[in-house]
Amino acid sequence: MIVEFSAPLLEKFAEVVARYPEGRQKSALLPILHLVQAEYGWLSVDAMDKVAAYLDIRPIEVYEVATFYTMFFLQPKGRYVLEICRTGPCCLVGAERIMQHIEDKLGVKEGEVTADGLFSWRGVECVAACGFAPVLQIGPEYTFYENLTEEKVDQLIDELKQKAQTI
Amino acid sequence: MARKLLLAHIDVPDIHTFEVYRQKGGYRAVEKALKTMSPDDVVEEVKKSGLRGRGGAGFPTGMKWGFLAKPEGVPRYLVCNGDESEPGTFKDRYLMTYIPHLLIEGMIVSSYALGANTSYIYIRGEMMPQIRIVEKAIAEAKAAGFLGKNILGTGYDLEIHVQPGGGAYICGEETALLESLEGERGNPRIKPPFPAVAGLYGCPTVVNNVESIAATVPIVNDGGEEYAKIGIERSTGTKLISASGNLVRPGVYEIEMGLPMEEFIYSDEYCGGIANGKRLKAVVAGGSSVPILPTHLALKTAKGEPRLMTYESLADGGFVTGTAMGSGGFIAFDEDQCIVRNTLNFTRFYHHESCGQCSPCREGTGWMEKVLHKIEYGYGDISDIDLLWDIQQKIDGHTICPLGDASAWPVASAIRHFRDEFEWHILNPQEAQTRNYGLVTEGVTSVE
Repeated sequence: MIVEFSAPLLEKFAEVVARYPEGRQKSALLPILHLVQAEYGWLSVDAMDKVAAYLDIRPIEVYEVATFYTMFFLQPKGRYVLEICRTGPCCLVGAERIMQHIEDKLGVKEGEVTADGLFSWRGVECVAACGFAPVLQIGPEYTFYENLTEEKVDQLIDELKQKAQTI
Repeated sequence: MARKLLLAHIDVPDIHTFEVYRQKGGYRAVEKALKTMSPDDVVEEVKKSGLRGRGGAGFPTGMKWGFLAKPEGVPRYLVCNGDESEPGTFKDRYLMTYIPHLLIEGMIVSSYALGANTSYIYIRGEMMPQIRIVEKAIAEAKAAGFLGKNILGTGYDLEIHVQPGGGAYICGEETALLESLEGERGNPRIKPPFPAVAGLYGCPTVVNNVESIAATVPIVNDGGEEYAKIGIERSTGTKLISASGNLVRPGVYEIEMGLPMEEFIYSDEYCGGIANGKRLKAVVAGGSSVPILPTHLALKTAKGEPRLMTYESLADGGFVTGTAMGSGGFIAFDEDQCIVRNTLNFTRFYHHESCGQCSPCREGTGWMEKVLHKIEYGYGDISDIDLLWDIQQKIDGHTICPLGDASAWPVASAIRHFRDEFEWHILNPQEAQTRNYGLVTEGVTSVE
């Protein structure tokens, strides 16, 4: 995907770069990748190359960071990516059952996209909300859904489908 | 009722706003420190308080501050570690969500003590709502004159910036966090040099956990000696405990150090006992990395004394019959939980989160995961238990950072205390193969 960063987005980039000392603009890499992903849904090679050019670093420096951190998507995903915590404490109270339910309900395997392009899901590691388990989060704002049950998941998916129609 | 220093006002409506926080006595510590104390005075109070790092390592905060190099003309940095990712730990998220100004106030007095004029709060990227909350709190504090140039007319300048992470447990390790803050992969650095000498951008840097920084506020307000009166021995003050698992009332609790674990689990003031009328089987007292303890060793030490929530009492018995305070991530397991399955889950976590720098961790965590997977699903051999023991021993202590150790300890303690469950899976393969918990994602799917 070829991208061209909009003026408001470039303005946000500049705001981020200003947080660091002169010559340390590479510190802005993670925040800028988040901004790019929030804009386009994922990080294409072209987008990463343009980030590299903006920060005056080599493209490989962007790729090696984007591939290291799990939050960055290097392929297009559904509009809503349901990220279910799959680590110990959540599993003590039924996270595995919830994941099975989501897989059945959406009819796609982990990491795949539903035919309508709306949903993807994946298991993620501990999201620091163990007291409200099981939990899932949805980016780019990482809204939280806590104390999940099968019914709550059904309701959430229906709501998101309706929301998608209105946008 | 136990004394509360961090969460005293947590139930006050709108305490997340500057206005209400200020009405409740907020930012008094900034006024006191900047107007009546020298930076060294603040460091001295923190030393006297006996505060120990709340992120997991438990290193005395005042001593860490004392190590900070102060060469002329070189900036110094304070970096707050809000990359809370240790399974079972969610106190920092709670604190940042509900009382963000406590963190900002702590950042100001701590930065002042260390002579930092730019400080960063590194918050894990998934905590986008908390990032927004903390950024708003910073803007409010700045508008009120508690941040920026010439704070309260004292001549002290400070800017605080929030940095989002990218989803990597390893970035909770302080040198990996600094790498990440510099826009790199989160590979921990070889020490020495320690961050106190060469940290962020090669400059002297202190990295402190969110809760540690928040604790400096009551320490400055009431004095280090007053703080040290709470608690037992070298475990002073209060501690936030994140309680999860099979409890009637999971959640974040502020306890006075020294609370008996039995009271924490069963008293109505805290967790209210085990959910669904079940019995307690095991406890992980300080986040997934610390050794798991069976009930009898969780509630009492091997000597038969009550197990207290202190660094010393939790560690009583070493790793043979004790555990560690860690991050205060308290996970309770009821009688129906499978320890092998949980150990597999934790090991998959460490395998997934290993940065890949050190071979013992990169290879060992994956190997342990495969062996545990085999056992859990009923395809294990009795010799696999010894193999697991052997692998964990070869990881422990042989890596640049403590992630390797953290992956080894849960495996070692599970075998030590629950060897019969491993044997059950191996001796009853058909039953192990047909148990259905639902879906296990990613990781190893093929069995040998």
